[in-house]
Amino acid sequence: MLKLKNVDIFYGKIHAVKRLSLHVNRGDIVALIGANGAGKTTLLRAISGLLKCDTGSIFFDGTDIAKQTSDKIVTLGVSHVPERGLVFKPLSVEDNLVLGSYPRYSLKNRSLIKVDIQQIYTMFPVLKDRRKQLAGTLSGGEQQMLAIGRALMAKPKLLLLDEPSMGLAPLIVKEILRLIVELRDKYGLTVLLVEQNARSALKIANTGYVLETGRIMLEGPAEDLLMNRDVQRAYLGRDLDAGFQ
Amino acid sequence: MYWEAVKECMNKEDLEQLQLEMLQSTLSRVYMNVPFYKRKFDDLGIDPDDFRSLDDLKKLPFTTKEDLRISYPYGMFAVPMREVVRVQASSGTTGMPTVVGYTKNDIKNWSNLVARVLTAGGVTQNDIVQIAFDYGLFTGAFGLHYGAERIGASVIPVSSGNTRQQVKLMQDFRTTALICTPTFALSIAETIAEMGINVNSFSLKYGLFGAEPWSEAVRQELQEKLKIVATDNYGLSEVMGPGVAGECIERNGLHINEDHFIVEVVDPETLESVPDGKTGELVITTLTKEAFPVIRFRTRDLTRIIPGPCSCGRTFARIGKVMGRTDDMIKVKGANVFPSQIEAVLCEIEGTAPHFQIVIDRKGAVDELTVLVEVSESIFFDQMKQQREFIDLIKIRLADELGVTVEVKLVDKKSLERFEGKTKRVIERRSL
Repeated sequence: MLKLKNVDIFYGKIHAVKRLSLHVNRGDIVALIGANGAGKTTLLRAISGLLKCDTGSIFFDGTDIAKQTSDKIVTLGVSHVPERGLVFKPLSVEDNLVLGSYPRYSLKNRSLIKVDIQQIYTMFPVLKDRRKQLAGTLSGGEQQMLAIGRALMAKPKLLLLDEPSMGLAPLIVKEILRLIVELRDKYGLTVLLVEQNARSALKIANTGYVLETGRIMLEGPAEDLLMNRDVQRAYLGRDLDAGFQ
Repeated sequence: MYWEAVKECMNKEDLEQLQLEMLQSTLSRVYMNVPFYKRKFDDLGIDPDDFRSLDDLKKLPFTTKEDLRISYPYGMFAVPMREVVRVQASSGTTGMPTVVGYTKNDIKNWSNLVARVLTAGGVTQNDIVQIAFDYGLFTGAFGLHYGAERIGASVIPVSSGNTRQQVKLMQDFRTTALICTPTFALSIAETIAEMGINVNSFSLKYGLFGAEPWSEAVRQELQEKLKIVATDNYGLSEVMGPGVAGECIERNGLHINEDHFIVEVVDPETLESVPDGKTGELVITTLTKEAFPVIRFRTRDLTRIIPGPCSCGRTFARIGKVMGRTDDMIKVKGANVFPSQIEAVLCEIEGTAPHFQIVIDRKGAVDELTVLVEVSESIFFDQMKQQREFIDLIKIRLADELGVTVEVKLVDKKSLERFEGKTKRVIERRSL
């Protein structure tokens, strides 16, 4: 569904992403893990068109989107949930959701969009309870759910999730991850998930990529990456040598 | 029957994307973790970050057996020893053994790839699999063992040797699949005949043979004598062991597990790649190995890419049966001779057993190649004229095939040494 070939991205002189190739199959959750500054967020921003890659191609369902603008990419079916959600804090929950439908919003679509909002409320009952509340007054977990809900309002085929667990309490993280699995299993969504919480990400993912200073160092089935000792040491916080010293 | 249809039947475009990704990450890893490759790339001015298409593979240096030997024992490992859960060694057919290592994931992948090969050869979880490879440093037995267990078949780890015992177990345990070298399978077939057992009293259905080159004629013989479907499988310790490639029951070439290995066929002298269909040296690059990745490893095995799709539905490319090794290549009187060619000729001639040996000697300045051929019946030895005619027939056929004249000597049935592991076909008497 998504295919990246030899993507390079520079920030000034810094080569942030190096001839990176990656693919996401339809119906999969693909985890992209790596340390801070490895280039994960940069890559997601390049896929959704928020920044342009210097070389390489990004194919989404057969169309090269590397040179497309982000609004076009959204209409093609790629929604991006940025780090920390970035909901519109002074707006109500429901208005946030309506804004998510912006690319397909029109007066004659209004009733359809209402139905979709109801569907989001079924998925995230907590948002229904708070529909009139300002988004800025929601808890971190609720804001994350709202951000995901807002992204779904654009009816994406592929969801890009940037660190959805960041800054959230463990129980909330669990809930968010459960929701991501549900998006795949119940709604057939494809997800590219960037996570600092590598273990949780790999546990729900089908396949994974390990990014190190802009390069992919390892790829494979998520369960294999969980078993890989380099991954365990570097990203899963398991220091294997500690026990022997 | 497929083990992993999603992979084994994947389309070319997806495969190429996967291969490119994996090759790029493999190059990044070997450059970082294997001093040998870092040095080699630096010397040649190769930056792994410049690798942008599968065609760039041709710009990378080869890895030879000699390179691996110099790194004895652990120099080529890409992970620290604490991550290695298994050490094996190459069988050393051509000199000192090469040490290879496996991580947990390597063993898992290995089992899975052999499971594909076994499934392609007909084996299912209902089979009783007798593994008559030597369990030890040699990778053959363990690889096939893991694959068979992975499928859920019942594994009999009988190891090699003691042919009569093997036959008895095969009968008592109702073995349905036999796994060993083709030479040992021939020896088992002979023993069955000798013991006067009707082959129909066995439950054998499949034979998966490998670890040495064998001809179509040997396949025919094994299929008839053991009443089995005999398939060929290929692998080598330096790359993983068995599981690199295997025949499906179409028996028309070995499917390479291309999502784990990239193969090339090159001219062993010029090292340029040869077109599909042309025989040359097989070169393999690993895509998923963690402990022991190799880049463009020269296998010294001679084979060709079989063009076109296979009717079994697998999309992975096929290699032909291995014809021999580049170092088996005997240069006599200026011609290149391969033992496999001689084997193919002998198998077509009624009255010869498929056991033979090649003796190379030098008389004055002239090389002389003598083929010692076992005859299946001894009757000829009383009848000089018939015997001479028979020798002449073999000579003519061999000369046709090889392009040089060779001497032929008939020897008694079972007088040549039998090998349980790899067969030594060539005896070199030239002092060079």
